[in-house]
Amino acid sequence: MSDQMAQPTAASGMADPAARRALTGGFAPEPGSAKPDPILVVDNIVRQFGGMTAVDVGHLEVQRGLITALIGPNGAGKTTFFNLITGFDRPTTAGKGAHWAFDGRTLDKTSASSVARAGMVRTFQLTKALSAMTVIENMMLGAQDQAGENLFKSMFRGTWAKQEREIEAKADELLGRFKLYEKKHDYAGSLSGGQRKLLEMARALMSDPKMIMLDEPMAGVNPALTQSLLGHVQSLRDEGMTVLFVEHDMHVVRHISDWVAVMAEGKLVAEGPADTVMSDQAVIDAYLGAHHDTDLGDDALLTDEAIEELEEEVAAEREAEEETK
Amino acid sequence: MDNIQYILNGMVREALSPQTAAVAIAVIGLNIHFGFTGLLNMGQSAFMLLGAYGFAISIWHGLPMILGILFGFGAAFIFALILGAPTLKLRGDYLAIVTISAAEIIRYVGRSALLVDFTGSAQGIPGSKYTTAFDNLSFFGNGSFTLIPFNYRDVADGAAWVRVIGWILVVAVITLIVLRLRRGGAFEGIAQAALTALMFVVGIFLIFFLFPVPYLSSEWWVRFVAWALVFACTAVVFLLVRSPWGRALRGIREDEDAIRSLGKNVFAIKMQALVIGGLFGALGGMVYVLSSSVQPDSMGRSLTFFCYTALLLGGAATIFGPVLGSVLFFAGRIGIKYIAATYVPDSVMSGQQTEQFSYIVVGVALMLLVIFRPQGILGNKRELRFNV
Repeated sequence: MSDQMAQPTAASGMADPAARRALTGGFAPEPGSAKPDPILVVDNIVRQFGGMTAVDVGHLEVQRGLITALIGPNGAGKTTFFNLITGFDRPTTAGKGAHWAFDGRTLDKTSASSVARAGMVRTFQLTKALSAMTVIENMMLGAQDQAGENLFKSMFRGTWAKQEREIEAKADELLGRFKLYEKKHDYAGSLSGGQRKLLEMARALMSDPKMIMLDEPMAGVNPALTQSLLGHVQSLRDEGMTVLFVEHDMHVVRHISDWVAVMAEGKLVAEGPADTVMSDQAVIDAYLGAHHDTDLGDDALLTDEAIEELEEEVAAEREAEEETK
Repeated sequence: MDNIQYILNGMVREALSPQTAAVAIAVIGLNIHFGFTGLLNMGQSAFMLLGAYGFAISIWHGLPMILGILFGFGAAFIFALILGAPTLKLRGDYLAIVTISAAEIIRYVGRSALLVDFTGSAQGIPGSKYTTAFDNLSFFGNGSFTLIPFNYRDVADGAAWVRVIGWILVVAVITLIVLRLRRGGAFEGIAQAALTALMFVVGIFLIFFLFPVPYLSSEWWVRFVAWALVFACTAVVFLLVRSPWGRALRGIREDEDAIRSLGKNVFAIKMQALVIGGLFGALGGMVYVLSSSVQPDSMGRSLTFFCYTALLLGGAATIFGPVLGSVLFFAGRIGIKYIAATYVPDSVMSGQQTEQFSYIVVGVALMLLVIFRPQGILGNKRELRFNV
């Protein structure tokens, strides 16, 4: 592992697809595989709600500078896993073997705000735009280390006015990049769902994070905007940021992710490059279903024969399952 | 005509009273809690009572006034820390439950006969025990005076038309000021701010011209200090909420988790807000007892609810809303009471019933306000939220 770490590809820009493929080709496509330069290492995180185990991840490493997708069926524990490592929830195993480290810093007992300050910023599945505040106020809240947020300095404008101008300039630039600049003084509540997703992502970027964690960034976003969001995510990677995202749209996952981790029933069941993982039988069984490549909107499927054929297949599968029990 | 003059005079006297100013200061503090941070503090009266006790007990027992003020603030500070530490990490409702019960605990402890040497139990501490030091600071001299030396009686012998025109002018000036404040542009240009200030001064002069209220110098002194403090507190809140700290407060009101995900220490900011608002409450309590006595029952649940009414009336999360709301609330209540006493015959409603009637009308008005104009007079509808 140490000789791999010496490779220049690990930490520097990952803009070149060939370099990324070469790098991920070196990873073992198995759950919990070791990466040469992991920015996030998670060990032994278990979260139980009563008797139900929502998350039980033994080991996971996230490679620096790549886009890693986390996929899995509903209820697989992806969002809970996000909450756990970002400090919004505490693992049941806290203090009993749960460890996770970000960028060499142990986060076992860190609050959500300190996790964000360490450089790991997240967005939420249900967008948390502050709707009764303007877009620019939303953005400026994202900046770190603001002198004016100190109660004793806040009353004296001179102590923070200069920093405020710098932050606003940065916010303007990000808003321009995310095509929200015209909305600068509008209330965030007046934005559309997709624009709120953009705003939340832009706001997260105000803190110059090392790693950004997106929880279903494309859910409920129209195809054109999805394209532009994908472009933004890729450009973040090309600038050297690490991206970890949860997504259900397999086209998106295939399109932009360099590495895919699959969760099912709280456990990490597979890891690998998108194409390899999606042909993995365990993943197909747990999540994708045998017909994941079929377009369900296709008229050809609506003929009686096709439906009968599908029904037969489903019945056969059910019988097979019952036999194994 | 004389009846109307009498009623309006009574309203002006109530609007000007130091207790109105004291409640305005407490409402300014409550505005930081509820309006800007979304903390549902249901025990603002306890902060007032603690401030008043700290102030009055210290002076009564021979300490200098400055120490009394510090003790009042200290008591409220510790109270805020004790209330906030266990509840601010939980959902907002818990703070409401804890504050309302803690406020009752403070009031009952104050009433308890065990502490009669300190709190005077249910009878309270009479003002004469602690106001001397404050009265001695007065530079208003002795005797009695009205604020401006001429009034409506000096013009055409106080004919009816002078007063009617004056009243219309007062209403017009107040409406103009309110409109100016509602647009929120009052502080954008110096010219605009100056214009607002000018209208304000003209309005005050008109009011004192139409409703001369003669008071003793010592009574003017209390009123002067109380209203000076109201404006100082308003200025402090203005400076606080326009800062990035104030922005973080409003962010917390909207969505705590979002602010947490942006790396802000939400607990610390909420605690700061609780303490600051509580200190305003304590200051309000000290002013409240300057012209009366420290009585635990006068600062109970109902005072907290008056504070909320005043806040919602003026407009939560606005700078001038608390002041406007307090003045309108107390003046309006007295107005209703006087109208009922003047025009409703005693066989229908006795003098005591008019007092109760005024509170009923105020309660109904609050309900109508929350239903039809939840943002209050000065509030911005788009910024309003009741989902604490």
